[in-house]
Amino acid sequence: MPETIDQIFVLLKHWLMLHVPVALQPLCSAILSVIPVLLVFPLLFAITTVLERKGLGRIQNRYGPNRVGPFGFLQPMADGIKSLTKEDIIPRSADHFVHFLAPVLLVIASFLVYAVLPIGRNMVVANLNAGVLFFFAVGSMVELSVFMAGWSSRSKYSLLGAMRAIAQMISYEMPLVLSSVVVIMAAGTLSTVEIVNMQATYTGIFPHWYVFTPWGFTGFILFMIAATAESNRCPFDMPEGESEIIAGYYIEYSGFKFALFFLGEYLGMFATSAMAITLFLGGWAAPLSVLTWVPSYVWFFAKLLALIFVFIWIRGTLPRLRMDQLMNFAWKFMLPMSLINIVGAGIWHFMPAGFARWLIVSLIIVLSCVLLSRSLRRSKLFHARVYRFAS
Amino acid sequence: MLGEGILKGMAETARNFFGSYVDKDRLTTVQYPEERLPQIEATRDFPFLVYDGTDWEQGMRCVSCQICEKECPPKCIYIAKSADKKPDATGKPQFYPARFDIDISVCMSCQICVEVCPFDAIKMDVDFELSTDNRFGGLLLDKKQLSKSNEYYNKIHPTEAAAVDAALADERAKAEAKARQAAEAKAAAAAPVAASVAGETK
Repeated sequence: MPETIDQIFVLLKHWLMLHVPVALQPLCSAILSVIPVLLVFPLLFAITTVLERKGLGRIQNRYGPNRVGPFGFLQPMADGIKSLTKEDIIPRSADHFVHFLAPVLLVIASFLVYAVLPIGRNMVVANLNAGVLFFFAVGSMVELSVFMAGWSSRSKYSLLGAMRAIAQMISYEMPLVLSSVVVIMAAGTLSTVEIVNMQATYTGIFPHWYVFTPWGFTGFILFMIAATAESNRCPFDMPEGESEIIAGYYIEYSGFKFALFFLGEYLGMFATSAMAITLFLGGWAAPLSVLTWVPSYVWFFAKLLALIFVFIWIRGTLPRLRMDQLMNFAWKFMLPMSLINIVGAGIWHFMPAGFARWLIVSLIIVLSCVLLSRSLRRSKLFHARVYRFAS
Repeated sequence: MLGEGILKGMAETARNFFGSYVDKDRLTTVQYPEERLPQIEATRDFPFLVYDGTDWEQGMRCVSCQICEKECPPKCIYIAKSADKKPDATGKPQFYPARFDIDISVCMSCQICVEVCPFDAIKMDVDFELSTDNRFGGLLLDKKQLSKSNEYYNKIHPTEAAAVDAALADERAKAEAKARQAAEAKAAAAAPVAASVAGETK
C-alpha cells in the first residue's frame, strides 16, 4: 500500500497512456510529464510569496497580509489580478522586441531546468545522462535574460542594475558549479536520478546523504550561498536593491511582465534549492529508514519547504551586501573554499573509512575557512595619493 | 570567522518569529479599525459646546459673550448673538447664540477658546473620525452638531469634567446662599418696619 501511494502519479500516467493511440503516445507522454511541473511550481510560487510576506512580517514584529482570504492566504490571487489589470508601459526609446523577450526567456529558462530534477521515486521528466550539466547550462540563460531586460529598457538605472546583476551572477556561477563537483566526484555520475539513488541507502537507520560528510556539508553551505546569489535574494539583492534603485534591471517593466520576472526569480530559487536537495540532501529519500513509508514526493517537498523557510529566514536577518563586498566574497572566499573542498573530497575518497579521514578532512576545511576569512578581514592599506600632472 | 555572528542573528530573528505568536511585546500591531489604542485623557481634537440636562437648546451653557470668537487665532468661530434672553441652568436670563459655527478645516486645536471661556461652555472633543464627502460644507459644524451633553463630557474627560462640575455646583450653592441671605435680610428689614408700623397704630 505505501508503494502504491508512493507511485500513484506514475501509475496514473501509465493508466492514462493506455487510452491514447500509439501514434500519439510520445507526445502525450511528454505532455503528461510536463503538466504537473507547470501546475505545481507556480502554485508553490504563489504560496511562497504569501508565506514570505507573513514570515518577514512576524520576524519584524508585525502581521503580514491578513485581509484577503483566511489569514491572508488568498493574497497571491489579489496580486495576480492586480498585475494582469495594470497597463503595460514600454519606454518609447526601448527596444521593443528584446524588451518583450526578456521576461519570456527568463520564464522559459526557469521552467526548463525542472526537467532533470527527480521529484520522487521514478518521477523525473527527463532522465538525462548529463542531468547536472544540463541544469547548469540552462540555468545560465537567466543571466542572458537579465542583461536583455536591463539593456533594452534604455534607462540608466536599469542598465546599472543589469550590469551589477550579471557581474554578481557570473561570479557566483563558479562556486555554484564547483561545489556540486564534489558530489559528482563522489557519485561518479552526472545523472541526477543516479545521484539520488546512491543517497537513498541506509546504514542502520541513518541515511547516506552527502550532507552528512565534512566535504558534503561544506559543499552544501557553499551551494546554498551561491544559490542565494544566483536568485538575487537578500543578502545578495544589490541588483534589485528595493530601497535603492527600486527595481534595478526590471524598473521599466509594469504589470504582467513584472510578475513574470518575479515568477522567474522565485522559480530559479526553487530550482537551485531542488538541485541542492538532489545533490546533498538525498532528493526524495527519507531521513531515517523507519520513515520510508511516507511517499517520496512528500519528502521532496518537505525538504524544499524547509529550504524556502531558511531563505526567508536569512532574508529577514541579514543586511544587504555592498557590490564590492559581494564580489570579494565570491572570488576571494567562495572560490578558494570550493577548490579546497574538492581537494578534501578527493582525500576522503582515497583514505580508508574511519575516524582519521573525518578528522583530516574537517581540519583542512575549517582551517582554510578561518584563514581565508581572516585574510578577507584585513584592512586595506591606504597610500598617500600621488598626482602625476598636478604637482 | 566561521559565521557565528550570522547564526546569532538568525537565532534572534527566530526568537522574534516564534515569540510573536505568544508574546504581546513581539507583535505590537494594533489592527485599526477593529482594534483601537486607548486615548489618554488629555487628548484633544476639535471643540464642542456643552449643555446641561436633556434639552440641548435650553441647557446650553454658552451665553454668546463672543470672547472665544475674538481670541481664536485662525478665526474659525462665527457667533451671532440672539435678540432675546433665555434662562440658563441657574435660572438667570442670559443671551444665547443664534448661530455658532466652527470651521474645523481651519481650527488648529490650540484650545485657546476653552481656556478663555468664563462659563465652561466650550470644551475639546476627542473624536477624530470626521471625514465627510461634502467638500464645501461638510467640515463647517453648526450649533446643533457642536452640542454635546455634560454626560458625554464626563465620559471623555472624567477628571476635568468632575472639576468643572464641582466648580459650577460651588458657584450655584454660593449664589443660592446669597439669594437666601438677601431674602432673609429683606424679610428681617420688612419685619421691624411691620412691627413698628403695627406698634404705631396700636
